[in-house]
Amino acid sequence: MAFLSQSQSDDDPYTFTCSLDNVRNLSNILKAIHFKDHAACFATTNGLKVTVENAKCLQANAFIQAGIFQEFNIQEESVIFRINLTVLLDCLTIFGASAVPATPTALKMCYRGYGHPLTLFLEEGGVVTVCKIHTQEPEETLDFDFCSTNVVNKIILQSEGLKEAFSELDMTSEFLQITMSPAKPYFRLSTFGNAGSAHLDYPKDSDLIEAFHCTETQTNRYKISLLKPSTKALALSCKVSIRTDNRGFLSLQYMVRNEDGQICFVEYYCCPDEEVQDAES
Amino acid sequence: MKSVISVFRSLPSLEKTVEKCLISLNTNSSRLVIQLFCKYGVTKTHNLSYQDCESLQALYNTDTCPNVLRAPARLLSDAVVHFPLTLSEVTLMASPGKVILKNYVEDEVDPNKAMLTELSLSREEFLEYQLQKLDPITFCLREFRGLLGFAESSGLPISIHFDCAGCPAVFSVDDTVLEAHFVLATLSDTDLASQSQNYGAALPNNNDDDFLGDDLDYMIAMETTLAGASSPPHSPVFNNRPLPGPTLEEQAVSSGDEDEEEREVPGTPPNKKFRSLFFGSILQSSGQAAQEVLAEDSDG
Repeated sequence: MAFLSQSQSDDDPYTFTCSLDNVRNLSNILKAIHFKDHAACFATTNGLKVTVENAKCLQANAFIQAGIFQEFNIQEESVIFRINLTVLLDCLTIFGASAVPATPTALKMCYRGYGHPLTLFLEEGGVVTVCKIHTQEPEETLDFDFCSTNVVNKIILQSEGLKEAFSELDMTSEFLQITMSPAKPYFRLSTFGNAGSAHLDYPKDSDLIEAFHCTETQTNRYKISLLKPSTKALALSCKVSIRTDNRGFLSLQYMVRNEDGQICFVEYYCCPDEEVQDAES
Repeated sequence: MKSVISVFRSLPSLEKTVEKCLISLNTNSSRLVIQLFCKYGVTKTHNLSYQDCESLQALYNTDTCPNVLRAPARLLSDAVVHFPLTLSEVTLMASPGKVILKNYVEDEVDPNKAMLTELSLSREEFLEYQLQKLDPITFCLREFRGLLGFAESSGLPISIHFDCAGCPAVFSVDDTVLEAHFVLATLSDTDLASQSQNYGAALPNNNDDDFLGDDLDYMIAMETTLAGASSPPHSPVFNNRPLPGPTLEEQAVSSGDEDEEEREVPGTPPNKKFRSLFFGSILQSSGQAAQEVLAEDSDG
């Protein structure tokens, strides 16, 4: 990887640099939150967090810990910039997105600071591509104030059990209604579409459910159009933690295992719809 | 119909996960309830709304049909793939040695400009080959494709019972647990006659016979309904599909688990005379109410 050392010859200090032997460890997880064009990137010594928001009601975060990167240097306490995620993903997969080629694409990502572009060096089999992506003024991201002490209900289950459910969601329904309860029906996903309603019940002793901590019965509705993008994260993940707090806010945490067996997390927060009418059952 | 299909959409995964399926009718809330009991104790409950439907009683009798062809579904589906997807009707012409399938060209289309597709299947390829009348019949390709798909998935041969043009053609699939009859309307003679003029020598049929059969149909039609008396100028472009598709198909589904699945697919009968013959018993009720659901028919 000769090019990596060459790029260092530039004397301008980078506030943030990182390198990865397999770019797919980054691109795959970014795809899980790619439902809007723009994303905010936060780099701290812990790692990189990429945030995408929709309609001020939904926030998706992808966390890539510093340990995932072969090299992760940050000169300031935190570095923030906004970037076109579509362009970033296009660049990251410039040598192709499929896992088939045996040689992984290596990545070095550099950022000089405010007002500078994000520079990507991608190398595969001796071919190097340099991409410079304009960064944008960072916008304030939503603070959902989702605090674990306020969590009322929490279920951890294997993603396998939800994948089919989410991919088959009746999209003619405006809402996805989630019921979590210490008593029957324990965990229920409901849609109310043109053709009628559909309920999906998971008993709490199902083998799919790894942890079941429900303290009170909660029924909340979430806009299905907002939650549908989380299917991408679900598809990548091996486990998912579903939590609701006392305000009915929903947190979906996906545990994603990358190609090198390391664990990353993708998180979705979603506001409930305010009025919950008596649902037909 | 669509909603029921969506419940059973991903067949491969259903086969893997579903252990039991319970179909019931909740009359209190007017819902068709389909419950799937899956692996890991997961229960999927679908409450589907449904609508009232008039059941059609097609008048047909396979025993009296002079012509019977039986062939593997594969043979026929291999044959129809050659027709363009947009084609609405095909004509089947049976002769002692072979069966010719060709696309049906409407009257106002200049046959010199239209694309004509024609292919023949030799007698040896059929399992049964019984012909008494050599009338060509024309029927809807779309419905035919549907039933071929069904027959192919069940791996059963299709029997085709048909008479003259204008009489229903019955396509049936038989098994020990399943007997499905698909009754397709065929275009009546007036259309074919005009088409045979276009084609000239292409139709080696006996015109006298045709007209005799035609008159007979007409008589029956007159007896069954008054509406038949006022035959409108025949229109080969079937603007008015007189019968509601969705209701028919729902009926087929509701009896899906029974031994006998009866499914009548409405054809595109060309004129009232013909229609009243085929669906004589329900013509009166298939008026305005039926028209309202027509919109849903198009992609049902």
